[in-house]
Amino acid sequence: MQLIECPWCGPREEVEFHYGGQAGVPYPEDPAALDDVQWAQYVFFRDNPKGRFEERWSHAAGCRRWFNAVRDTATYRFERVQRPDTTQAGTR
Amino acid sequence: MADLLTRSHPLEPYLTALDALPDGLRVTAEPFVALAGLRVDPASGVQLRGAALPTTPNTWVPAGDGRLVWLGPDEWLVTSPGTAPEALEAEVAGVLRPVGGVAVDVSAQRIGLRISGPRARQVLAKGCAIDLHPRVFVPGSSAQTTLGQAGVVLLALDGRDDDAEFAVLVRSSFAGYLATWLLDACLEYADSAPTS
Repeated sequence: MQLIECPWCGPREEVEFHYGGQAGVPYPEDPAALDDVQWAQYVFFRDNPKGRFEERWSHAAGCRRWFNAVRDTATYRFERVQRPDTTQAGTR
Repeated sequence: MADLLTRSHPLEPYLTALDALPDGLRVTAEPFVALAGLRVDPASGVQLRGAALPTTPNTWVPAGDGRLVWLGPDEWLVTSPGTAPEALEAEVAGVLRPVGGVAVDVSAQRIGLRISGPRARQVLAKGCAIDLHPRVFVPGSSAQTTLGQAGVVLLALDGRDDDAEFAVLVRSSFAGYLATWLLDACLEYADSAPTS
């Protein structure tokens, strides 16, 4: 089974983790000003690249903290993991 | 008259079978222990029960009659076998409140198991992917991970190569599952002497 490196706990089995979708999707500055189409774009529409993808993951069975990871969606290889407090995207 | 419920240990039905495990592995149920979960800023430098909060991930330190276990960057677990749960919560909350921390009694959440013997590492490794090597998982290490399918807090108490000792904190409702998992994992050792 693939090991994922939790920025706090170190390498753990992938079943301990929970996927959180694309990282760095900013909350709209003025949500009330959005029309339905724009709101749907914000809520539902995500990139779906083949290759490097910045994602959010949570170490659900361990420290339960969220972190960001860059993963190659074609090879499933994790290239980098990053604590949320060192980047703009994601919340703890 | 109302019937009174007596408190029973979730592992009681398994104690006889666990006692009869082959040489090389001892599994015992620990008595009920008071647990308090706490959240506080790690920079607060707070002292609890005579010990500083361990800020290194995956470690625990002895504190009073129990332990302080690292659970997350700003989250710890306090254990105490000799304190009443309510008293432990009040004591810890009293220390943390001035620095903006909180403590909650979670004694009913988990029960303790102690796994020791020359084969303890081998058996745990069957259901646990973390590195349990004596050079890596040294005494004072802890890990929140899965053992079999159950989420556990694993604590290294004694790291001797030939006679390691671990404490496992498991959710009460998963304790029976974990006991049967351990019994099953030990089946292959039934007829052989331990090798070191």
